[in-house]
Amino acid sequence: MNEILSQLGLNLFNTCRDFFPIAVVLIGFQFVVIRKPLTNPRKIITGFIFVLLGLVFFLQGLDLALFPIGKLMASQLTTPEFLGTQSRDTTLTWLTYAGVYSFAASIGFAAALAEPSLLAVALKAEQISGGTIKAWGLRLAVAIGFGFGLALGTFRIITGTELYIFIIIGFIIAIFQTLFAHKSIIGVAFDSGTVTTTLVTVPLVSALGEGLAQAIPNRNPLLDGFGLLAFASLFPVIAVLGYAQIAQWLSNHSFLSKP
Amino acid sequence: MPKNRFISQLISSFFDLAPILAVVIVFQVLIIRQPLPNVIELITGTCFVIIGLTLFIQGIELSLFPLGESMAYAFARKGSLFWLLFFAFCLGFGAAIAEPAVIIVAKKAAHIASLHHVIEATADAEMYYALGLRLTIALSVGLALLMGVFRLLKGWHVHYPIILVYTCIALISPFAPHHIIGIAYDSGGLATSTITVPLVTALGVGLATAIKGRNPMTDGFGLVVLASLTPIIFVMLYGIII
Repeated sequence: MNEILSQLGLNLFNTCRDFFPIAVVLIGFQFVVIRKPLTNPRKIITGFIFVLLGLVFFLQGLDLALFPIGKLMASQLTTPEFLGTQSRDTTLTWLTYAGVYSFAASIGFAAALAEPSLLAVALKAEQISGGTIKAWGLRLAVAIGFGFGLALGTFRIITGTELYIFIIIGFIIAIFQTLFAHKSIIGVAFDSGTVTTTLVTVPLVSALGEGLAQAIPNRNPLLDGFGLLAFASLFPVIAVLGYAQIAQWLSNHSFLSKP
Repeated sequence: MPKNRFISQLISSFFDLAPILAVVIVFQVLIIRQPLPNVIELITGTCFVIIGLTLFIQGIELSLFPLGESMAYAFARKGSLFWLLFFAFCLGFGAAIAEPAVIIVAKKAAHIASLHHVIEATADAEMYYALGLRLTIALSVGLALLMGVFRLLKGWHVHYPIILVYTCIALISPFAPHHIIGIAYDSGGLATSTITVPLVTALGVGLATAIKGRNPMTDGFGLVVLASLTPIIFVMLYGIII
């Protein structure tokens, strides 16, 4: 208990130091450039204190729960007993690790579907498109993209393929989709790729990658553990652009087929 | 502070975490079928995460959000291009420096660099490398916002800067050292995780509302994506230089 408390104290100090710059920027600009008093200083100061305390608890919880869970799942899903093989020396193909892919895909799918900021973006997108794009359809597209991206990312760690090959192919697909997509949806599509990387998913996903790279033979845990987040923020974009095109095509089609 | 609002926020934080916990529990019970080690620690940690998220989100809604939005309005009304762009840069820089996810991963990246003999294997060298990485990411988020706000003012389409940035990334990747690529590609997602996204969205929507002839719906979006792509370029350059 004492250990946790002293850890909390240290975290509080570090967090204050890390949070200092943004507070200086906001308050500095308020007084130096805008030269108006804060409209509700008490509320804002309470808010800042909440943010600091929240970060302290969160970082502590991260070390106690989210990081260990990610690493634990990665190691448990790759033990020889779980894979049903005798030892790690036997030739394993990438297919042996189906449990890892399905775990990564489920985590991505569930996390994206439940993400509140994605719901907000989806509702805005529905308004922009005048109902052609449905909010739930967009959320589903992001969830599928996120799940697929994470599964593909774990596949890359397991096979040890170069990261940038996947990402550049993804970029090319996204650029082509952008050229053909409706202009108003592009901003939403690209932003929806970034709403999936939240304070909850980032540590979990990076711990999963690190744990996997540790558990798979011949992988460097420090090098190959990275890259999952890149997949997580690229594939939702492709999925949303794809969904927007399909939705548009469907609505045009039904419009034309009406007498 | 109304008590019931705090409690409802607590519940919604729990629901943020619930899908992930559900997936983990399903896999543990149905597929892995092994006892979890350190259950008490995991539960304490989860409670800490929920409390932390609650306080953090409540705090952001009270302070950063209204402050960022009202300042975006104030700057748009002030009408000075220089100050607006300067503010956008500082906002991005400050937010990315404070971003907790960046802090965590920068430390990890410094450790990797020292193991690969890119830097000396001392605590000091690692600290400076991590700080350098954070400053690089912050600088690029600041530049991204500067670019994004400029685009918003000019009313250009969002896909021009995106395609430009994509091309830069594709061109630089083959020349970047092996150990930095993974970190670089991840840094974009890291930079846009918690503090940056709400602030940047507030800035974008606030500006698009305040400027005549801009639609907050379509023009307000697209700032965040630049903030998530630009760090990739600059972190790779950081890796090449060091």
